[in-house]
Amino acid sequence: MRRWPVADQTSYIGRAMKRVEDPRLIKGIGTYVDDLRLPGLLHACILRSPYAHARIQRIDTTAAKAIPGVAGVFTGAEVNDACGLVPCAAAIPDLKAPKHTVLASDRVYFVGHGVAVAVASDPYIARDAIEAIDVDYDPLPVVVNPEEAVKEGTPLTHPDLGTNVAFTHSVAGGSNIDDAFKRADRVIEHRLYHQRLTPMPIEPRGAVASYHAGEGTLTLWTSTQIPHLLRTLLPGMIGVAENKLRIVAPEVGGGFGAKLNVYAEEALVSHLAMRLNAPVKWIESRRENAASTIHGRDQIGEYEVAVKNDGTILGIKSRTIADLGAYNQLLTPMVPTLTGLVLTGCYRIPAVKIDIVGVYTNKMSTDAYRGAGRPEATYLIERLMDVIARETGVDRLELRLKHFPAPTEFPFATSCGLTYDSGNYQAALTKAKQLAGWDQLLKERAAARAAGRLFGVGVSTYVEICAMGPSAAMPAGGWEWGCVRMEISGKVTVITGVSPHGQGQETTFAQIAADRLGVPIEDIVVLHGDTNVAHFGRDTYGSRGTAVGGTAIVMCIDKIVAKAKALAAHLLETTADHVEFANGTFSSPGVTNREIPWAELAGAAYVAKSLPAGLEPGLEASSFFEPSNFTFPFGTHICAVDVDRDTGHVAIKKYIAVDDCGPQINPLLVEGQVQGGIAHSIGQVLFEQTVYDENGQLLTGEFMDYAIPRASDIPEYVLGHTVTPSPVNPLGVKGVGEAGTIGATPAIANAVLDALEPLGVTHLDLPMTPERVWQVIKTRTAATV
Amino acid sequence: MPIPVRLRVNNAPREHTIEPRVLLVHYLRDHCNLTGTHVGCETGICGACTVLVDGKSVKSCTVFAVQADGSSVTTIEGLATNGHLHPVQQGFWDRHGLQCGYCTLGMIMASVHLLATGAAGSREAIAEGLRGNLCRCTGYSHIIDAVQQAGNAEVARG
Repeated sequence: MRRWPVADQTSYIGRAMKRVEDPRLIKGIGTYVDDLRLPGLLHACILRSPYAHARIQRIDTTAAKAIPGVAGVFTGAEVNDACGLVPCAAAIPDLKAPKHTVLASDRVYFVGHGVAVAVASDPYIARDAIEAIDVDYDPLPVVVNPEEAVKEGTPLTHPDLGTNVAFTHSVAGGSNIDDAFKRADRVIEHRLYHQRLTPMPIEPRGAVASYHAGEGTLTLWTSTQIPHLLRTLLPGMIGVAENKLRIVAPEVGGGFGAKLNVYAEEALVSHLAMRLNAPVKWIESRRENAASTIHGRDQIGEYEVAVKNDGTILGIKSRTIADLGAYNQLLTPMVPTLTGLVLTGCYRIPAVKIDIVGVYTNKMSTDAYRGAGRPEATYLIERLMDVIARETGVDRLELRLKHFPAPTEFPFATSCGLTYDSGNYQAALTKAKQLAGWDQLLKERAAARAAGRLFGVGVSTYVEICAMGPSAAMPAGGWEWGCVRMEISGKVTVITGVSPHGQGQETTFAQIAADRLGVPIEDIVVLHGDTNVAHFGRDTYGSRGTAVGGTAIVMCIDKIVAKAKALAAHLLETTADHVEFANGTFSSPGVTNREIPWAELAGAAYVAKSLPAGLEPGLEASSFFEPSNFTFPFGTHICAVDVDRDTGHVAIKKYIAVDDCGPQINPLLVEGQVQGGIAHSIGQVLFEQTVYDENGQLLTGEFMDYAIPRASDIPEYVLGHTVTPSPVNPLGVKGVGEAGTIGATPAIANAVLDALEPLGVTHLDLPMTPERVWQVIKTRTAATV
Repeated sequence: MPIPVRLRVNNAPREHTIEPRVLLVHYLRDHCNLTGTHVGCETGICGACTVLVDGKSVKSCTVFAVQADGSSVTTIEGLATNGHLHPVQQGFWDRHGLQCGYCTLGMIMASVHLLATGAAGSREAIAEGLRGNLCRCTGYSHIIDAVQQAGNAEVARG
């Protein structure tokens, strides 16, 4: 029987608690990678290519090496053999992949490609040293446009591959797609560009490596989301065995997918620490972060939808060109295939055909940025719903409702091959409509239009894939590990294999453990992010932390309670089936009045003077949770915008989000995740775009050029939720880290296009910057005058 | 050529001989070992390195340490008094004004200055006043809640 967490006054689960991790962070005494101070620490700085594609004719490091304080300067020729190849874990059949060495060898393939590294006693001297390195480049033809890149006779990103096409991926699902198009009353075509984005965590990446020559052990502190995946993959690069490698993710200053990767620098500093027999630190500059940490999105999609005149969707064909950049990072080619997995959104669409072409260009790699594939899919299906509504004259909410599966139809099998675990999409839409005052908003729109103002209302209904995931569907295991130890004192240590970096699981996992063990939350410590402490893990990404990692903790607690009951039965002189456990106390009503609290029981377990036959001492359990399916959170977002006719500026007047992530462990933290996610979408719709010029020069290499939202760009949110538990895990939770970014982009974009509808504007590419909006207003106004 | 710099940091006198090119943020982190002040961009945009110099909010990556000679600098480590959190710190904690915590220290210092100047009278004013500090996690709404709470606490305290 499932026990859904129920919030009441005595439980921690469901309570909007402030975070236990915060005091150290608000006092400035948390330890991020750059805060580490080790004796004899050397500082590395990397010289990066100013060219998108060039042959390296000569590198002269003589002057750099001569600078006092410089411990070494190394080129690709000197380190690449010892550092192995940067790995890609995506299993894509027939993937053509270039060799991804940690520094460039004879050619550079993108602006920001590492060419040489200098190591010095002081970071300022290391920077001096790379400026003293002399490199002769012979520029080569550059590939920047992925649609051009697939044509015959165009220059090649990697001439040795003989093609710019990394892979093609075709999937057909559901009923026959050709039949669907034959039965259609009309075919609606649309083209959408999901622009390239830069994740821009406020903490750039960084790593410190320290080698113990006597033990042969290497410790790598790195600003990563995936310490355990690194421990799995780094041995193959640097030749240190997994069991001699310790990876620590200390405080990590934001990830959003940018730190869900194995990066060249992590192998490089590890190698340098061994080579120089001194600890080595590398801290990324913002410019490097913009150029040499993964980007996201960058998919061009062309869609055909077969529809009946009543709006019924019979099938969708999609052709996607995904700009992979120059190299495959950890999941680069997998991300566009995720788009295909949720192409049908939360709708019953009987037939799908998906063709994806992954293309190499002379740019930084794209990879998983917050939402990874799902924002792309949601943006396109939600834009298409509005286009279909407009072209068929069906109300856009009615069109969505018409295609929702009924709540009783879950688990719901989609044409894309997924089985949605649970859902009540109608309830979320209804609630959002109420919170928004939908009818009133439409009246406001009518009044605004009558007055000549451009006011628009947009909606998006989304479903996403979270709690990644079943190992069969994941590149390197999708389980999660946990360990719970009832200490001899009755204090509780919870160890998790997920690696939170802002999500707050030191708090939420303590809430879960406190409830399940019946102990005060103050007695619980949650440890994570150090592979010597958390022996196993698959880390934090894909909104998996609580749904997968939290479940492993629940499994551990169940084991401990079962063992404790056996011990309690022995101490209470009864049998385990007569032992009751409630509020942290073991008792046997009717047998004895004696009650045994955890501290006493734990003492008995470890002192071990009187244990029942066959029972091991101690009270510790570890577990691997293997999820049987993903989870599928969903929701409805509604947005109202005012567009300034004179400036093209879009002002968000109202924002309503109703998200269903199942039961909420901590509503305050859920709210934070949703608000933060929506901000990423506001950035994507209104300002953000990673821009390379025709020479492959990165024009958005700093915060000065890449505009992420500021406080004054954010509206006041109206947040609501519905609760539909997932049957996939005993907590019923689904995940919420990416929901905002998935649901919000189309809601805002649809609102802007709704505002521009009186001008006859039916499409505008993202980002809808004031300049772009103003241009279309100007053109359309001129055309209609 | 290293030159001497004398200033007060969190009310304690400091005296070092440093290269003139050392940024104030690196001086605080590497010479004073106060690593609560973070580096996010080195171009004066993100605000993670915000400190108070003679009571005014300054991005410490835009100033050489030697330019702060003779000044009094307050960093995040100097904000709590007698072990009690500053109302802005308390606000950030209570209202979930931080997630990863990296921008938080600069955001808190900028907010302290904003409240001190009396320019935090409304949500719009707070949002405008914090335009110079970037956060990628929270979406700012909880940050504004935090600063409002701190403002109300300061009013209540008189």
